Amino acid sequence: MNPITQAKEKDILEDIAWAQINRDVLASLEQPRGTYWALFLGALCMFLVGVACEAYQYDRGLGVSGMNNPDVWGLYIATFIFWIGMSHSGTLLSAILHIIHADWRKPIYRFAEAMTTFSLMTAGLFVAVHLGRIWEIYYALPYPNERWAWPNFQSPLLWDAMAIFTYLSSSILFLYVGAIPDFAICRDNATGWRKTFYDKLSLGWMGTDRQWRNFRVAYLVIACFLIPLAVSVHSIVASDFAMSQQPGWHITSFPPYFVAGALYSGCAAIITLFIMLRYTFRFEEYMTMPILDKTARLTFAIAMVWTYLNLIEYSTVWYGADEVAKQTLINRATGPYAGYWWAMNFLGSVVPFTLIFKKLRSNLTVMMIVSLLLNLGMWLERWMIVTPTFSHGFYPWTWDHTFFPTWVQWGIVFGSFGWFGMLFMLFCKLVPSVSMYEVKEMVYHRKLAKIHPREA
Amino acid sequence: MTTKRILGLFNDFDQASAALRDLREANLPALDWNDVTIKSPIEHPDVESVLGVRSIPIRYYTLVGALLGGSLGFLGIATSQGNFFSQLKGGKPIIPFPPDFVLTYEMLILGGVYITVLGFLICAGLPHRVKGDLYHVAVSEDQVGVMVRSDAHSITEVRRIFESHKVLSMQEEVCT
Repeated sequence: MNPITQAKEKDILEDIAWAQINRDVLASLEQPRGTYWALFLGALCMFLVGVACEAYQYDRGLGVSGMNNPDVWGLYIATFIFWIGMSHSGTLLSAILHIIHADWRKPIYRFAEAMTTFSLMTAGLFVAVHLGRIWEIYYALPYPNERWAWPNFQSPLLWDAMAIFTYLSSSILFLYVGAIPDFAICRDNATGWRKTFYDKLSLGWMGTDRQWRNFRVAYLVIACFLIPLAVSVHSIVASDFAMSQQPGWHITSFPPYFVAGALYSGCAAIITLFIMLRYTFRFEEYMTMPILDKTARLTFAIAMVWTYLNLIEYSTVWYGADEVAKQTLINRATGPYAGYWWAMNFLGSVVPFTLIFKKLRSNLTVMMIVSLLLNLGMWLERWMIVTPTFSHGFYPWTWDHTFFPTWVQWGIVFGSFGWFGMLFMLFCKLVPSVSMYEVKEMVYHRKLAKIHPREA
Repeated sequence: MTTKRILGLFNDFDQASAALRDLREANLPALDWNDVTIKSPIEHPDVESVLGVRSIPIRYYTLVGALLGGSLGFLGIATSQGNFFSQLKGGKPIIPFPPDFVLTYEMLILGGVYITVLGFLICAGLPHRVKGDLYHVAVSEDQVGVMVRSDAHSITEVRRIFESHKVLSMQEEVCT
């Protein structure tokens, strides 16, 4: 194999100097390409559209969203599940791959963790938005009061609130603790307000053996906590549906189906952001094609798990004795939402097969399009869980096959992508989106393995 | 006697660990081995092992945090269900175990993570003032620092050992 091909096959080049890693990543904080500002302003505009729609809904009431009995959740709760799902990839890349010592995660886990945090923050917005009267969120908070409106501890909705709070705060801590050594690098190289900012965030980190020893254990322990936590969060979100009696929701396989769907959409989102950051911040040497290839293969594997669980769900309903659930399934495939349902199945189960071709996996444009299509499919999946069941429930006199979200709902969903994009781009400008110390470790260990293959 | 601190910067971990081994073999009577510190851009358990076994008590914090989180979580929820959050149950238990265990599980993780982070800060000595300690920005880039705190006579010997291992630069200060 010639040296150029060999270099292309490596996750990272071993001869890259540590000082060079610092320079490249720090440059991303100061001088990104112009695309950065275009993306940031684009996200800001999307967010403002969402704010305008929410302000209109707040002023006129929930009726402008088109939601009424029986369609009481609409796009808001579908998008809430979508954003919760997106958050799972950060845990997958950071925690699971960290524990199994998959070092190729090192250049890309930081932005995946940030994605987790901002996805959860976006998901949280929809809980308030879907109420219409957003101030009434306080009814859901468990504290001693005189209103005689007690939260029901037996409801998965309350478990959900607790699980999401735990996941969000733990993810923020995980992200922060993991970034402390990098904040110290920023502190040592920054000037002006940035120096003060990173000085505070780095907490006086000096890379002493005492600090590293404790850091190693703390990071591993938090990673171990985050894995069952991530599984529990999406299982509980699944329980919001599965523990109800609604046809099409009361299914045992919902929790693993939701977890697989979450990992799937998260991995697809990682591919999208990988390609964007690679270009915007000139990270070609760190976010390499072999790492993208591994992420794509991981996405394909999870897509197949999701497809399997999807088929299990269909066959359980088809061969089960619940006639109403079966009719709901048939209505999904042939009713007013059939186009979206078939699109969901095609995008979620057929499009991933493009990932088995190495030639397609090596093409950034194709990968960008495929990752966006996969996430469109996963968003449709959530919508197809919520709306068809509401519109075609147990009783024919409650059916409403004409429901379609109004522009207000679409605007708020659109705005949520802007909110996420804006926070994410802001993060990438303030926090190194490639972990410098972990990339140094990766380079060091790979270099060592090259010199002493037997010891390694 | 005056106590001093010296920080030697080395090009790589091999040179730093060789210097540390020589320092250990020199067996300086006034040198407490706990006053030897490595400062490095990445963690390196092999080089840290030259310093000998040093405790990492974070796991105890984790255990206590998880147990406290889980038990206080369950007690808090059960107490509130039994008192100010009591609802009409229609014959069902006032404190239902299965749903409470879901919340207890979340609280266990919450307590575990929070107290682990607190334990990390305590055990790692953070927050810390960088200005009050010998430090060089090259440590966060690509050089490995070895810092020793001892009496003036031992520091002279330490400096000689550092120089014999091609130390790149040295900083020295009198401890106040």
